[in-house]
Amino acid sequence: MTEVANPPTPEASEPDDPTGPSNIFTRIWARIDTTNAVVLPGLAILSALIIGAFVIALSDIDKIQDGDWFGILDTIVDAYWALIEGAFFSLNGWSETLIATTPLLLAGLAVAVTFRAGLFNIGGTGQMLLGGVFAVYIGFTMTGPGPIQVPLAVCAGLFGGMLWGLIPGILKARAGVHEVISTIMLNFIASSFVLWLLKTDAFGREDRADPISKLVADEGRLPRVFGFLDRPELRAHFGFFIAIGACIFFWWLLERTTLGFEIRSQGSNADAARYAGMKPASLIIISFAIAGSFAGLAGATEVIGTQGRLTQTFAGNIGFDAIAVALLGRSTPLGTALAAFLFGALQAGGQNMQVKTGVPIDLVLIMRALIVLFIAAPQLMKLIWRVKTDDASTGPKFAGWGS
Amino acid sequence: MGLVSAPVDEPSDTPSSADAERPQRGGPPPTSVGPGEEAYLGTLGFLEESPENKRRARNIGIAYLVAAVVCLVVFARGDGGVSTFGISDDSSFSVAGIPLAWFTAVTLAALGGAQIMRGTGKWTAAAASVAAILFVFTFMAWAAAGQSFSLTGTLQDALKAATPLVLGALAGIMCERSGIINIAIEGLLLSGAFTSALVGSLTNIWIGIVAAMIASCLLALLLAWLAIRFSVDQVIAGFAINFFVLGLTSFLDSRVLTRNPDYNSVKTIGDIEVPILSDIPFIGPILFEQSFYVYTALALVGIIGWALFRTKWGLRTRAVGEHPQAAGTLGVNVIRRRYYNLAMAGAIAGFGGSWWTADVGRFNENITNGRGFIALAVVIVGRWNPFGALLAALLFGFADALALKFSFLGTGIPSEFLEMAPFLVTLVVVASFGRGARPPKALGQPYEQQ
Repeated sequence: MTEVANPPTPEASEPDDPTGPSNIFTRIWARIDTTNAVVLPGLAILSALIIGAFVIALSDIDKIQDGDWFGILDTIVDAYWALIEGAFFSLNGWSETLIATTPLLLAGLAVAVTFRAGLFNIGGTGQMLLGGVFAVYIGFTMTGPGPIQVPLAVCAGLFGGMLWGLIPGILKARAGVHEVISTIMLNFIASSFVLWLLKTDAFGREDRADPISKLVADEGRLPRVFGFLDRPELRAHFGFFIAIGACIFFWWLLERTTLGFEIRSQGSNADAARYAGMKPASLIIISFAIAGSFAGLAGATEVIGTQGRLTQTFAGNIGFDAIAVALLGRSTPLGTALAAFLFGALQAGGQNMQVKTGVPIDLVLIMRALIVLFIAAPQLMKLIWRVKTDDASTGPKFAGWGS
Repeated sequence: MGLVSAPVDEPSDTPSSADAERPQRGGPPPTSVGPGEEAYLGTLGFLEESPENKRRARNIGIAYLVAAVVCLVVFARGDGGVSTFGISDDSSFSVAGIPLAWFTAVTLAALGGAQIMRGTGKWTAAAASVAAILFVFTFMAWAAAGQSFSLTGTLQDALKAATPLVLGALAGIMCERSGIINIAIEGLLLSGAFTSALVGSLTNIWIGIVAAMIASCLLALLLAWLAIRFSVDQVIAGFAINFFVLGLTSFLDSRVLTRNPDYNSVKTIGDIEVPILSDIPFIGPILFEQSFYVYTALALVGIIGWALFRTKWGLRTRAVGEHPQAAGTLGVNVIRRRYYNLAMAGAIAGFGGSWWTADVGRFNENITNGRGFIALAVVIVGRWNPFGALLAALLFGFADALALKFSFLGTGIPSEFLEMAPFLVTLVVVASFGRGARPPKALGQPYEQQ
């Protein structure tokens, strides 16, 4: 992840130009590597939207058979309009966007921290599941006052995710098992484990045959952001602020602590880090523990915030989408947050699109995959869009992938 | 540079521990051994081992000891029933669970001790397979205590379940031997399953299979194009392809297939009994009453295994994966060979994907359900060798079939733990035996043609 970790920012390394405008915004703008951080992601999103339009058109076989070309165009415009409308055009849309952003950001940080350490964490799903298990157990067993119970449940979720995250870390450091294999396997194991738990008396709900946990009482739920408005359909909860807090912690860890420096060194040049006396084995384990904690938080906020109960599938594809989030955000705190927000908006808008126009939400999955692909292939983007800039990165790379 | 990595040693740790081991081993002190003698003794494995091997031996030894403890704590405390294993319709044999558990525990503990004391040697793999068979058999005797259990049927199902894994793994081996990481096996299988279902419903299943091979071939070429032409990180490209295919097939499934059920109904392919061979007791039903996918997969293992190590094509493919610069200097067209091999790998994976359609007769959303990722593990456990991959795939297929069988038997083991078994087995096997595997050297590195 050399390129992601250290984007080539010639502007940033130069001292501030004294003749330049001193407006704070222009100065920030000058410090941003516009080609890699703004132009290419923008073009990637645009390309994904265009290909998505083709997918919508080609799958509309009734209208293709009739030759109803304007009808197809109509479908595309309607679908994209519903996508935007569902994400932003109402308070409810914003609420849904925040709800979708929260776990994406937390799980995205779980991937980003491992990317920065030169590792690849595909195990977000499993870590979220375990975080959810721990959080929901506190959630439905305790009856204590909310201000005590809720933080406790969040911490329990963090702890559960950390435990599950430690396993691939230890396996990698001590037995040389590649984390891609171990985290994929642990996802499946966690999923079966949760299903089993939900059938036991301790977790399962007595009055339901399907695997679903006992409910978390309202007191144990994360408080709602728009609770003061007295509109129960606005589901957004304080998990969003936990996610923002985690994002700030991630920035502080990377930029202001020795550990963060060691993690970044390990990621950008593992050999140099080793010769400088850093301990790769313990760095790998610590990075995975931190990653697991972030993912565990994602599980906890999802379970005691959004859902109020534990199911086997609550993590869904979030663990995988998180990889796209971290890639798009180039594993930086701000980038990850913006990418999570974009994907969260796509998710919320996608639900609206599916309900209103019948275009399946799987379209969002296609677009996410395409965005990742185009972000990873900046040279392809430049070729297609004829971007004429210098020093574009060659896309993210895993320095020392597996070595 | 591959999926199984060397362990991360702390720099200070390596030489000192090797030195400290020396006197404890009872070998002669270092000064008394000349360089030639040392090399000679070293080849016999008596004198000194690399810390790498020592760690590996330790891990394997620990795995043995854990298995022995499981035998004692779990299997030796069954209800003591006698389990009956059916071999054919009229013959069977019975095993008493508890004495077998004790025997297995003692054997495993002895092997574990030997592994830790003696390190790894040529006998390691053989001992491991004997121990694994013994352990699994003990487990079966414990789980099926007091009931009868069809061994033939389970092995038949194991081979059947292993088939898509073998095909996926062969595709993976073809890619990785030519130096391209293939995380996209899952996506290739899924696209094969979808295409064969759609085209198979519109025409017939055989044309569907060909279409599946073409579709997956194109996807593999996309991976190759991104990796070779644009030097995209191969893991990310493969990952994105997986999700693109998952999204696209799910999208088309709910938008096209569910609205038009005619587009998603294929006549399944039945089993073919080989005339004389299927009459052989025990082996006959297992090997020769299978679908043509099983026969093709076995044949492909043989052909690719032979071609990879015995033909010019194989030599060049391995050269391209190990040291593309050297191969390029000697006149091998590295880039063309990589495209060529990935196209073939895609076709094999597409064929593997059509297995689901031919088996179930229709496509369901995410029908492959992670089997492509297990195929990836099979590649590593099988050490990038088609025959090894076949054995590894059979292991996972067996775990699958056993889980299915036991869920019917009602053994009291929660079915969720049985579903977990194949993944847990993968993890344990890679952790204890993956260490010795060495991936192709140039895996994942972009190549610049001079």
